[in-house]
Amino acid sequence: MREERTEMSKDDDRSPPLDLRGADIAESSSKTRNCVTGSGHVTGLNPTEFQAPYPDQVLENVLENVLQFLTSRRDRNAASLVCKSWCRVEALTRSELFIGNCYSVSPKRATARFSRVRAVAIKGRPRFADFNLMPPEWGAHFAPWVAALGSAYPWLEKVYLKRMSVTDEDLKYLAENFPSFKELVLVCCDGFGTRGLAVIAKKCRQLRVLDLIESEVAESDMDWIGEFPESGITCLESLIFDCVESPINFEALERLVIRSPSLKKLRLNRFVSIGQLYRLMVRAPQLTHLGTGSFSLAEGVAHGDQEPDYESAFAACKSLVCLSGFREITPDYLSAIYAVCANLTSLNLSYANINAEQLKTVIVHCHKLQTFWVLDSICDEGLQAAAATCKDLRELRVFPIDAREDSEGPVSEVGLQAISEGCRKLQSILYFCQHMTNAAVIAMSNNCPDLEVFRLCIMGRHRPDHVTGEPMDEGFGAIVKNCKKLTRLAVSGLLTDQAFSYIGRYGKLVRTLSVAFAGNSDLGLKYVLEGCPRLQKLEIRDSPFGDAALRSGLHHYYNMRFLWMSSCRLSPPGCREIARALPRLVVEVIRDEVGMIRAECEEHIDDAFDILYMYRSLEGPRDDAPSFVTILH
Amino acid sequence: MEKSIVFEKDLNLEATELRLGLPGTKESEKQTPSTIKSNKRVLPDMSEECGSKDNSNVSHVKKCDQEVAPPAKAQVVGWPPVRSYRKNCFQAKKMEAETTGMYVKVSMDGAPYLRKIDLKVYKGYQELLKALEDMFKFSVGKYSEREGYNGSEFVPTYEDKDGDWMLVGDVPWDMFISSCKRMRIMKGSEARGLGCAV
Repeated sequence: MREERTEMSKDDDRSPPLDLRGADIAESSSKTRNCVTGSGHVTGLNPTEFQAPYPDQVLENVLENVLQFLTSRRDRNAASLVCKSWCRVEALTRSELFIGNCYSVSPKRATARFSRVRAVAIKGRPRFADFNLMPPEWGAHFAPWVAALGSAYPWLEKVYLKRMSVTDEDLKYLAENFPSFKELVLVCCDGFGTRGLAVIAKKCRQLRVLDLIESEVAESDMDWIGEFPESGITCLESLIFDCVESPINFEALERLVIRSPSLKKLRLNRFVSIGQLYRLMVRAPQLTHLGTGSFSLAEGVAHGDQEPDYESAFAACKSLVCLSGFREITPDYLSAIYAVCANLTSLNLSYANINAEQLKTVIVHCHKLQTFWVLDSICDEGLQAAAATCKDLRELRVFPIDAREDSEGPVSEVGLQAISEGCRKLQSILYFCQHMTNAAVIAMSNNCPDLEVFRLCIMGRHRPDHVTGEPMDEGFGAIVKNCKKLTRLAVSGLLTDQAFSYIGRYGKLVRTLSVAFAGNSDLGLKYVLEGCPRLQKLEIRDSPFGDAALRSGLHHYYNMRFLWMSSCRLSPPGCREIARALPRLVVEVIRDEVGMIRAECEEHIDDAFDILYMYRSLEGPRDDAPSFVTILH
Repeated sequence: MEKSIVFEKDLNLEATELRLGLPGTKESEKQTPSTIKSNKRVLPDMSEECGSKDNSNVSHVKKCDQEVAPPAKAQVVGWPPVRSYRKNCFQAKKMEAETTGMYVKVSMDGAPYLRKIDLKVYKGYQELLKALEDMFKFSVGKYSEREGYNGSEFVPTYEDKDGDWMLVGDVPWDMFISSCKRMRIMKGSEARGLGCAV
């Protein structure tokens, strides 16, 4: 039973390796006890061993009443390890099921253990798949899950999926089989289209939340907004569809907003014009989170024409705390939002191509800002302005407007330094740049002790400190050393094994590590695998780590959610060795046929591969692997 | 030795190609799989630095000569790690602006067939009108805001986004090229109607 818990836990606090061979024994022994499961049937009775249930039952009832208050996943996992009784009761009282890797456990097993679940969260593909590093059709299908959920949890209310393939049929199933269904959140998903959305809109009468975030939605002529019930008040609280790349029926949307007094979050796509936005805003002044659609000169409107008073529309939304969108922006229109800036805690300008001057007019009012996403078009100067005003900033993301290795690079160590000096409470940063120095990174490590997430992407591969010419080892070393709460790290630039030595030595809380084009030898990876006991997710590309390095992590792989290594120095025999040593690890090797052009002169090795992706699992090799995936054993 | 010579030669060609291109103008969409191939280490004695057979393996070349300034690199798959949705938002616009021409049809009253011109190549009205004059062998009169074109029976007009026929020259050049859908050089009495004060 023990390893089941690790599948469910996002964060495994235990360092020693698990004995997974105990699995079958533990499972069968629990069946001989006279226990009542949540679904009501009594399992495995032997009359001569009949125990009076009463004392146990009382204890379990008390436990149930206590454990139902436990909300944290980590706490629940810990509680379930106390003894079999606690494990059973915890399973009965868990209402939110989190599956960090959809292949680590089967739908059947998960639903068999947890019988009273109301909310399910499932994650599928590894993150590097987002960057076209993996062929599509790899897997992570929602279909088998939705079928199991249908039979196990008829009262299911919430589904959260990340990086899964969801079809229109799956959405139809959701809409038709769960009468209490209230919330659907799809993050970085694909495989479905507006047809599926239409069924959800039409049939989920209790829908409160429909959030589509960075998902790929297949276009069709289906007017899904028009499928929401035409009459009566809806319970809609959140409607996010900024990633939908097809026009919507605006009149239907307007009618929907009018009928949704509980609507707090609304994020429009770029096909909604600013004039249409105005109409919606005057209908929904109670909004707390707003994502504008297109924020540019309205079509058909010439300069000087009478335009709606956008400023007062924004000013009327007194509860607005989060603003995003601003696609295709005409910077002049930014002045409309000045009135709400003082209350904003979150501002996402990462689709707005604005310069430092234009940003300054806005940011100077944003004293309460905690989350700020922006494009590097604002330059170091813009970051300095943000640093001067946003003293409460917790999360900063600076995206590149020109995402190539040899582009201009409008932000640099100057911006990073300014942020570190101005925003002392910073917890999370994602920073794309062309040039960086160790000094600025070290400064941040000293100025921002609360940092939990540090992701620096120097876009030029192998680029050293551009002032000293040295590797970026010392900078990242300072981060792991000084930021005692660091749990997530992404490194870049020219890095030697020394950087990894620092990570292994000081990064004791690091759970997620991203490495690209870094390191000199196997030692680099060894340092990390041997030194970071909390490591859960490790993604590496194009780094010179080989089989020996892979071997050094054998003691730890069962504690991890996954390991991704692409374009490294691994060989098929090396990976096979891991597969044989750890039977509960699924070792996938993936060939990226599409991405490769095989030179004629090059020797063709039959079992050569591009990606190693391995993860612990109770189920063994999956049966839905496509032809370009080989599962080693 | 031979192998390394071949390597050098190939490398130089490739490197030269890359260097000749201006940063940013090389096909940014073309994805070379160079670094993806690098894990196929056939020969065990290949050294870490420069032993790669791949002449397109830019990343390992980079490691060898760190002192040398990097040439404009071919783009690598999935790097930088920005999701394509984000990349496409801006790249599409930029590329559109840089590469596609802005071709519009030009008709002339009485001419048997139309021509097409790329508005992008002209810097302003003067250049455009000169080109049209050369192309159709006519001359346009003198432009004034008050009277339009005076002194010629030919008047250059264009159809804008709203479908209206406008006189060329009234609005700023940038606004003109973004709203012009097609052009027509009017002739004769019809033309005079446009520019004349009533």
